[in-house]
Amino acid sequence: MDLFLLQLLNGLVSGAFYALLALGLALILSLTRIINLAHGGFLVVGAYLGYVLAGLLGFYPALLLAPLLLALLGVLLALLGVLLEALLLRPLYARDPLESLLLTFGLALVLEEAVRALFGPVGVPFRIPEGLSAPLFPGTAFFFLTRYRVFVLGMAALAGLLVFLLLRFTALGLYLRAGAQDREILSALGTDVRRLYTLAFALGVYLAGLAGVLAAGQLGLSPTMGTGLLMPSFVALILGGVGSLGGSYLGGLLVGMASGLAGQFVAQASEFAPYVILALVLLLRPRGLFGQEGFFE
Amino acid sequence: MKAKFALSLLFLLLLPWLLKALGSYAALGSYILIWGLAAMGLNLLMGYAGQVSFGHAAFLGLGAYGAGLTLKHLAPSTPLALLLGTLLAALAAFLLGPLVVRLKGIYFATFTIVFSQLFYFLAFQWNEVTGGDDGLRGFARQDLHLLGLKVDLTASEAYYYFVLAVFLLLAYLLWRAVDSPLGRAFLALRENPLRARFLGLRVERYLLGAFVLSGAAVGAAGALLAMLINFAQPSMLHWSTSGELVMMAFLGGRYRFFGPLLGAALFRVMEELLSSVTEEWMLFLGTLFILAVLFFPGGLADFLRRWAWNRR
Repeated sequence: MDLFLLQLLNGLVSGAFYALLALGLALILSLTRIINLAHGGFLVVGAYLGYVLAGLLGFYPALLLAPLLLALLGVLLALLGVLLEALLLRPLYARDPLESLLLTFGLALVLEEAVRALFGPVGVPFRIPEGLSAPLFPGTAFFFLTRYRVFVLGMAALAGLLVFLLLRFTALGLYLRAGAQDREILSALGTDVRRLYTLAFALGVYLAGLAGVLAAGQLGLSPTMGTGLLMPSFVALILGGVGSLGGSYLGGLLVGMASGLAGQFVAQASEFAPYVILALVLLLRPRGLFGQEGFFE
Repeated sequence: MKAKFALSLLFLLLLPWLLKALGSYAALGSYILIWGLAAMGLNLLMGYAGQVSFGHAAFLGLGAYGAGLTLKHLAPSTPLALLLGTLLAALAAFLLGPLVVRLKGIYFATFTIVFSQLFYFLAFQWNEVTGGDDGLRGFARQDLHLLGLKVDLTASEAYYYFVLAVFLLLAYLLWRAVDSPLGRAFLALRENPLRARFLGLRVERYLLGAFVLSGAAVGAAGALLAMLINFAQPSMLHWSTSGELVMMAFLGGRYRFFGPLLGAALFRVMEELLSSVTEEWMLFLGTLFILAVLFFPGGLADFLRRWAWNRR
């Protein structure tokens, strides 16, 4: 039973990383129609930024600042993207929307390799504060419930909640949701949708960076940590239903728990479990759990 | 046209010796042809049918493991290994295809990534069959027996000519597929799937055809690759390898038949040159790729063509 709970908790913690990544992916996707293959790269950059900043400032400021700096980078990149798009891509836009996908793949390579060049290919340990590494209930059977794991889950829940509140209760959120639903109409109504693209991109990158810093404390740092976390997040995105923000978040948690639990029975199964679940869900609901018909098709 | 073709053929025939004269090694020629074949196979889907797959490394790996396992357990025959590797990849594409051909654009790309990772994990974890993380060892390409004549393929120059022969044969078959009503149908799918459907083309069926053909070609390349290095490893199936194939096809020029071969040559030669200088050679290739996407979406082939056109 304890082992079962341990695996469930482990799964939930990785699920939190997937959920943050998938939520960012879904945000970027729903506005810009780009599958951001560089999302894992942003996660890695966020984690290493956190590592550097934690050395300078301490853990908690780094947790907040690293993703913020990264989001700033995201804004700059998005602005650069807007500029480049205006100058170069707009004439080609109608011809091939896939070029932006290819661009993010190139960006993923560059980000990961840049981190490798700066910090070396071997991972480095990431120190978390003493207060966070202790068990929550020392001396009981629940020794595995470290404060850090609870902290990770709390941060992921908080981030998810804040994004939900932003989208549900603010004017900006209304614009973002409208843009996700029909950007042509929104644009025709006089909104500069490209500013919304930039914003959504930055928000997605922020979430990736947050996941990166949190994951660094749990899994340690390495240049390849992004790719490993990104794939299950893609599964989560599809599982939750492409275009559904809440669905992708929930999908992340589900994928994490599924691979955690499957790992309890057969160690190798934990890698396959997300795909089995995905296949089952897609058989019953071809658009994922919360995907809507006609959306993105 | 004929003169250009004859010159290119002559160049390819002399390539191993040219490479050696330049201080490189003969097997680089095989690498270029093999990756070129794989990129051309992917391009049947990407450049002609207009759907980008980020999962074709799965077929490369299936071809490689198929060939390796054939040589190791079934029969010591190079052509049989090539054939079975190719068929294994084609079979996987045929089974996987119906799931993905209903999707278009970025969804197609995402699904192919996700499903190809399944094969990656399979290669990585099915230790008894695939050798797991260490890769599949313990097989070697065998001599060729042609009409009672024994051809020793051990030397890398000899194997290069085998690869060249297979490359030419498969490139010819691919060309026949592309330069036919089937190829026109692929173009119609790329340009306007809706209209193609209204004209009575069964879009999904044609896409499945493109998917299987391109999977088979990439599988053949994988089999050739495994026999080149006498080794198959899980990283061949990783999605970053799929990305490399996409990069090659794009850098070379996806709207020209031989464009991806150019891209593969560019990619592998730059890897050779850069990796002797720096470990982060991918950083430079990635930057080059970004610039190419932004400024030269037609790739090297298109660039050369325009350059030649302007010089006239």
